[in-house]
Amino acid sequence: MSPNSTAVDAAATARVRPARSLRLRLHSRSAIAVLMCLPLLILIAGLVAYPFFYSIYLSMLNKRETAFVGLANFAYLTTRETFWMVVRMSFLFTFLAVLWKAVLGFTLAVVINTLPQRGQRVWRGISLVPWVMPLALSSLGWWWIYEPTHSALNWILVVVGLSPKPWLSDPVWAKFSVILVNIWYGTPFFMITYLAGLKSIPVELYESSAIDGASAPQRLRYITLPMLKNIIAVTVLFSTIVTLATFDIIRVLTRGGPRQTTHVFGTYAFELGIATGDVPLGAAVSLFMFPILAVSAFFILRGIRQSTA
Amino acid sequence: MAPRRARRSRRTAALLLCYAIIGLFVVFFLFPPYWMALTSFKTNQEIESLEGIPFVIQKGATLKHYQDLFTKTDFLIYFKNSVLVTVPVVLISMVISVLAAYALSRLGFAGASFIGTAVFLVYLVPDSLLFIPLFKIIGALGLLNSKWSLVLVYPSLIVPFATWLLIGYFASIPRELDEAALVDGANHLQMLVQIFLPVAVPGLIAATIFAFTVSWSGFLYPLAFTFSSDQQVLTTGTVTSLIKGDVYHWGGLMAGAILACLPPVLLYVFLMDYYISGLTAGSTKA
Repeated sequence: MSPNSTAVDAAATARVRPARSLRLRLHSRSAIAVLMCLPLLILIAGLVAYPFFYSIYLSMLNKRETAFVGLANFAYLTTRETFWMVVRMSFLFTFLAVLWKAVLGFTLAVVINTLPQRGQRVWRGISLVPWVMPLALSSLGWWWIYEPTHSALNWILVVVGLSPKPWLSDPVWAKFSVILVNIWYGTPFFMITYLAGLKSIPVELYESSAIDGASAPQRLRYITLPMLKNIIAVTVLFSTIVTLATFDIIRVLTRGGPRQTTHVFGTYAFELGIATGDVPLGAAVSLFMFPILAVSAFFILRGIRQSTA
Repeated sequence: MAPRRARRSRRTAALLLCYAIIGLFVVFFLFPPYWMALTSFKTNQEIESLEGIPFVIQKGATLKHYQDLFTKTDFLIYFKNSVLVTVPVVLISMVISVLAAYALSRLGFAGASFIGTAVFLVYLVPDSLLFIPLFKIIGALGLLNSKWSLVLVYPSLIVPFATWLLIGYFASIPRELDEAALVDGANHLQMLVQIFLPVAVPGLIAATIFAFTVSWSGFLYPLAFTFSSDQQVLTTGTVTSLIKGDVYHWGGLMAGAILACLPPVLLYVFLMDYYISGLTAGSTKA
């Protein structure tokens, strides 16, 4: 990729080939490169770039898609109380879920890293199971766990002397329930990236700090966290995008209910655009996610550039 | 002597604390699959009964829910559809990704780094942002309610990350290899197939696992683009069609969910190291 290595390649080739053939070769080389990238470029253009602009166009049509209405759909949404509920729920869901995933994932990574080396593989392997199961199907399992009369959670609550909870039918508990499933699903991802980060910290740093008499909290504060700063930031930003885009959990567990209180952008857009057939309004709801995605993507890119530079 | 013993007992206490914490995590992580599997082997009477401890099977295990799944539901159709979608999706995605990753990592050309950045940004685009315009596009192509619509759209969720992953693997292959091959007069396709791919097998496996998992687990696209039972895949079929009316057949539902989870979980169990190397490449390698 760098001009340097191209020069080396060229020099190696020049030794055995005459100059004219070399130029031909370099020329055909970038032609071949473009050709090899072509399927990728067509894919991105046809299935990502075009749909994105088409989505903006769609969001500016009326419900029957017969007339151009400008920003009327966006304006209409901002007058709807349901839409603001969706916005609040999306942010609440993303904030709480990412925060807990980051905290629990970090804790788990540090704990696994502390254990004897030979056991680590097993614990790491077990911890990744929630991430490996298809989310729509494990959500189905959670749906059954949350079942109020015959299932596990309320049975435990009653045994320890608490009252059973309406896990999915009360607005507050339903929010708690869907966020819990997202934490269950996403914590392993945080654990695995943080663990990889922990492994990349040179052991000498800890050894010399031990000689200086640093305590465990001090080592965490002055070595681990600063060394992992970049990985923590990139993982949190990445998870913010994925979590904001949540669909499966809420669609399976509550379908946005009770009374639309657990809808997020994705499920609300589905409800409007696919289930009730107002494609432009659904497209408009989806597009509200875009600014947050774009900002996160910008900072992720910056974070990754910094860590490789 | 005393401080060393104190240090050792502190170390033991810390270890015990770590095992206690990890024990809690393991219960949290494994309870849902355990509960799902357990329910799938219980008789309906036991599922409904409120007596005794529900966390073990007391009245005898049964395979009836699995039997019913195969004989009385469309589960096998869903399974077949999932396979029919996933196999071509993985193949198409891998071919596109390998070609692009080779070109981007080896054939320095104007715009390579721009395309590299674009690929990464596209990888960050979630499915819930674009499913509505894609729904319209698939409608226009006459692919609505066809499982083949998924073969068309899934690669867009896979190729960006797979390409990015493979660029990393290809970049770690020493350049002396291709120089030697070029001197020998091999063309780029020969070089890719005969020299690169054999060396990059771990990366190819990691990317293939990723492609398989995304395609097998996809839920939003099949939910939006397919609706009749003969076109549904495992995720949507299990979630939408196995639930009948108000009487929930929990045993059958959990049997279906467990079976549908099995392929990606087995793949993970046997290829864990590749799986994890693909996963961590997302944040630690760039």
